[in-house]
Amino acid sequence: MTIDTFDLYKLMERDHVLLAFKGSVTSELLTSVFQIMEAKMEDLKDTPRTRRRVFNVLVECLQNLYHHIDDFEVIGSPEELTEKKSAIFSISRTDEYYMIVTGNFIYNDNVTEISKKIDHINSMSKDELKAFYKETLNNGLISKKGGGGLGLIDIARKSGEKLTYTTRPVNEQYSFFTLTVKILKK
Amino acid sequence: MEDFKLEGSAKTPEIELKSSGDLLIKGRSIPENSIEFYKPIIDWLDAYEESANANTVLMVQLEYFNTSSSKCILDVFKKLESLSGTEISVKWYYEEDDEDMLEAGEDYEAIIDLPFEMIEVEEI
Repeated sequence: MTIDTFDLYKLMERDHVLLAFKGSVTSELLTSVFQIMEAKMEDLKDTPRTRRRVFNVLVECLQNLYHHIDDFEVIGSPEELTEKKSAIFSISRTDEYYMIVTGNFIYNDNVTEISKKIDHINSMSKDELKAFYKETLNNGLISKKGGGGLGLIDIARKSGEKLTYTTRPVNEQYSFFTLTVKILKK
Repeated sequence: MEDFKLEGSAKTPEIELKSSGDLLIKGRSIPENSIEFYKPIIDWLDAYEESANANTVLMVQLEYFNTSSSKCILDVFKKLESLSGTEISVKWYYEEDDEDMLEAGEDYEAIIDLPFEMIEVEEI
């Protein structure tokens, strides 16, 4: 089956997509995406507060993708690896909000952990999230990438909305995980 | 003790560490690998302790920082907290309508035992 490009275009237009990408997420790609989005938000005359929050959430969401794609062991055929290390993301903007969606492969073994983590974050109030952030910041644990589990907490704080996610089993080894973050324009 | 200077980039802040005790982190800190970026700063502070100035002031003028940087920034504060023989203070700058940056500064202030001054500016 081939995707009809015009259909895809119309679909993205309908969903107010500003930018979408599918492929392997590199540091250079992120530098470009951040620059493009900053310029776009400036052109669109969103308030500084909205721009800052969207930019913050975007950085965390896309750097999460960048780091977690790395989690896959280097086994399998080159095609299989390219697929596993590939991700998708989109940034949409309506009159009321911005929406950032990311999708990537994760090991089935990690599905429960990530679901629990997001459910836990979603169960917290604004003040509880602040306290949880401070506690995690100061717990002395540093992941090898430096974040130490702060990313999702920060995304939830800056978004101010509940995080939405799905996990869909792909095969006996891995699943596809999507995360949707909404930021209301203010 | 030599001064340490680093130009800012699209993802990393400008850094200026002077043996006179004037320290500056300015711009945006959103690198993918923050540990690598902040290591030379921690190393410089280690060496600075031996001939530290009577007063040390760290000015933090950040527009954005990612969570990967936030632990490293905490490490810089902890390193400063541990220095002996110098009076240390922190000046935390934030843009006038940037409550998030003010709050981030207050979060650090609550964790770190150093005097913080919150300074509102029009633009960083």
